[in-house]
Amino acid sequence: MHQLLQQIFSGLAAGAVYASLALALVMIYRATDLVNFAQGEMAMFSTYIAWTLVNAELPFWAAFVITLAVSFVGGMLIERIVIRPVENAPILTAVVVTIGLLLIFNATAGWIYSYTLQEFPSPFPDRPLFGALMTTRDMGVIAVTLAMLVALFCFFRFTATGLAMRAAAQNPESARLSGINVGRMLALGWGFAAAIGAVAGIMVAPVLFLDPNMMSGVLLYAFTGALLGGITSPVGAVIGGLIVGVTENLVGTYLIASQLKLTVALILIIIVLVFRPNGLFGTAVVRRV
Amino acid sequence: MTAILELRAVKAFYGQSEVLHGVDLVVEEAGMTVLLGANGAGKTTTLRAVCGMVRSEGEILFAGRRLERCATEQIAGFGVAHVPEGRGTFIGLTVEENLRIGGYTAAGRPDEKMQLMYGYFPILAQRRRQQAGALSGGEQQMLAIARALMMSPRLLVLDEPSFGLAPRVVEAIFAIIERIRREQQMSVLLVEQNASLALEMADRAYLLETGYVVSSGSAKMLADDPQIRRSYLGY
Repeated sequence: MHQLLQQIFSGLAAGAVYASLALALVMIYRATDLVNFAQGEMAMFSTYIAWTLVNAELPFWAAFVITLAVSFVGGMLIERIVIRPVENAPILTAVVVTIGLLLIFNATAGWIYSYTLQEFPSPFPDRPLFGALMTTRDMGVIAVTLAMLVALFCFFRFTATGLAMRAAAQNPESARLSGINVGRMLALGWGFAAAIGAVAGIMVAPVLFLDPNMMSGVLLYAFTGALLGGITSPVGAVIGGLIVGVTENLVGTYLIASQLKLTVALILIIIVLVFRPNGLFGTAVVRRV
Repeated sequence: MTAILELRAVKAFYGQSEVLHGVDLVVEEAGMTVLLGANGAGKTTTLRAVCGMVRSEGEILFAGRRLERCATEQIAGFGVAHVPEGRGTFIGLTVEENLRIGGYTAAGRPDEKMQLMYGYFPILAQRRRQQAGALSGGEQQMLAIARALMMSPRLLVLDEPSFGLAPRVVEAIFAIIERIRREQQMSVLLVEQNASLALEMADRAYLLETGYVVSSGSAKMLADDPQIRRSYLGY
């Protein structure tokens, strides 16, 4: 029983990371109907930025904040420079562009930082908590993710810009007629997604060690989480990500060798697509004509 | 009377094909202009040209400003509120959120204006927390107009507001538009299938056919034109 709870909690910590990245995927998907395959590599690159800053003797949380800001601006620039030109192209074109971005970020990171594993510091001490049920490190990851989710929720729910972003995602033409600069909202969305991804990368790097391929598995889990929650639902993405984290951990501990854990994600994707293509929360909006 | 909106020899294009062939049109300050014509005559395209949603040539003057090169959101910022075909409702957002989006560009406190809208359309106040997609057709039309009015527009552009609605609902909606037009000196550019109702309310009317203005003048004049009576009014 004790071990089961332990595994659930460490699954939740991993799931929090997947949930963040899944949320980033959902944000871009809702705004542009596009799955951003480069989301993981963008997060990886952000993590390298944080690593550089920490190595330059900056305090961890200062590096954290600077990395988020840089990632936000970087995400906006990617939208402006790379995504906007293919805005009206067929969706597959845009998907191929994001795959191109994935390769570019991966290769660039390898070129600048090399492919060797780097140790990444954790901001949280590693002490057992609640009679060794979980570690302070897991707790810290969950707390940071939760804080970020609450902040995002408040932004989208209570601010004029947040509402404008939702409007632009839902009905771009009508948003324009209401005076909303839809292009700017899309850029903001990419900025947010990049910053959320940066948080995920920084949180997962102490566990996985930093290397240019660090996020490939994480992206797959995040994608599973997003799909499980219903690719259009932010709440679903978070819950889906957590479920994937816990499932992955439990199955890896009790059922199969942990080397096979990635297959759990693939099997979950297949199950969702076959039995519940809309995911848990991705129900169609009510519409009366 | 001065014109708040004037189109001079406006051509509009979908891709390479020209669908408006030099339209001249005037909306007077605090006036109501109606566009009549069969399907495909270019009524909606004319409205879309005003709001920068199609490529156009010629001059579009709004309150002394040239609009042809402006982005749609800029034009909205100048005070043109356009309720498009199909109403443009944000169906996944609540009624109140829809209204807030209308108030996005306008100065002043959105809450006060929202109360004003709930005064005009009490049914929206009852449904303020509901998803807009769950409203009936008439309620959605009211919401669309209320959302546009939240912008405190100088020009309200309406594309077939009566489409698919019961006559009583249509009358109620038009009564409110009339009231706001008089109270706030708002101008209206209207496309409407219900020609007799439209000609009764409007002061100027234009008849479009395949991208040309074939008849124009005071609404009364068009209402008395025997050919228009036969084709559009049915008596």
